[in-house]
Amino acid sequence: MNIKIRKYLYGDIPEENAGGTDLKKTADIAQNNPDAWPLWEVFIRSKQGLDHKHAGSLHAADAAMAIENARDVYTRRQEGVSLWVVESKYIHASNPDDAESFYTPAEDKIYRHPGFYDLPDEVKHM
Amino acid sequence: MSVQNLETLFQAKIDKEVKIEPRDWMPDAYRKTNVRQISQHAHSEIVGMLPEGNWISRAPSLKRKAILIAKVQDEAGHGLYLYSAAETLGTSREQMIDDLNSGKAKYSSIFNYPTLTWADMGAVGWLVDGAAILNQVMLCRTSYGPYARAMVRICKEESFHQRQGFESLLVLSKGTDEQKAMCQDAINRWWWPSLMMFGPKDSESTNSDQSMKWKIKRKTNDELRQNFIDMIAEQIKLLGMTLPDPDLKWNEEKKHYDSGEINWDEFWAVVKGNGPCNKQRLAARNKAHEEGAWVREAAMAYAAKKKAKELSRVA
Repeated sequence: MNIKIRKYLYGDIPEENAGGTDLKKTADIAQNNPDAWPLWEVFIRSKQGLDHKHAGSLHAADAAMAIENARDVYTRRQEGVSLWVVESKYIHASNPDDAESFYTPAEDKIYRHPGFYDLPDEVKHM
Repeated sequence: MSVQNLETLFQAKIDKEVKIEPRDWMPDAYRKTNVRQISQHAHSEIVGMLPEGNWISRAPSLKRKAILIAKVQDEAGHGLYLYSAAETLGTSREQMIDDLNSGKAKYSSIFNYPTLTWADMGAVGWLVDGAAILNQVMLCRTSYGPYARAMVRICKEESFHQRQGFESLLVLSKGTDEQKAMCQDAINRWWWPSLMMFGPKDSESTNSDQSMKWKIKRKTNDELRQNFIDMIAEQIKLLGMTLPDPDLKWNEEKKHYDSGEINWDEFWAVVKGNGPCNKQRLAARNKAHEEGAWVREAAMAYAAKKKAKELSRVA
């Protein structure tokens, strides 16, 4: 039962690839190419008062360029009033293989929801 | 857990319309098919800038020039969204661009046709983007999450492309005799290549079955092509133009248009690299990539220098 399927280094990009020779070669090229611009994740606040939301990713040499490029590709139609960029390698994510044990404990705690409590109809505004 | 069990679980997720995300387990073939399809799609957006870029400097008015620049800029953005989606599957941007520039990777054959007159800009928007949109609307529901999200974003932007194309042709169709002739000529040249954009017939498509089962594709090539024919055959009436297919006729029984046979020899010739502009397109991509090399290197050197300065200030 306890088979390791695949390891991941960061974010959405797999560390080792199960896709055959091409993908393997690809990882080597990326590693042996120090001139390649790093990957950044882009978050956009669509208007004041709302959260920044993940919009996508792009390559850029540094944070300033990442913000400028994000402006050009992700906000050409006034999609945002504020941008965050984070280098993808700094994003840590939960492991999908653990999803069951990680998230199901919340499943049987229905008393955390307001609908769990049966109140007389006379109680208003609650 | 055996791979067989994993594949069963995977298919069960797909059947339940649960999206597959980058870090989820997936069969190698699913990963490969998506990398191939998404990167081809990205390449098409990038190469697709070339035939239209041809007319930016010669657009007939400032308004049309601004529209065309905006459209070409969108295509670059769409390429980026798609490259990013493909990268989540473990391929790299460098690898994909190498494959495009070396001629190993394919892109949509439609961009190997030349844009000879201004009316081609309208025809490309209306027919080529129109055909692309049918495919892309379907792909908004594709099973791979990052691909689907990229497509939603693209579809929002793409609608303007088709509308501006039709409107541009509408203006020509009400113009001088020469403008009308130019409009009809562009439609004549782009109609058949647009139909070829949907790919080989279902009976000859090698990737279709598995892609349907995995819900990477949700409609077959022939279904999408028929949708397109039905849509365009109606819209062209508003232009007062005709489609260059003598066999095009409404079929009351099927509630679809019947149409003539595509020249499949031409289709395969262009796919295999023998279209009118294949060499020119690849040469343009390679030139841009090579001539941009110093910019990419300089940007990295500048970033490194700035970082070193910051570190020395802190220390």
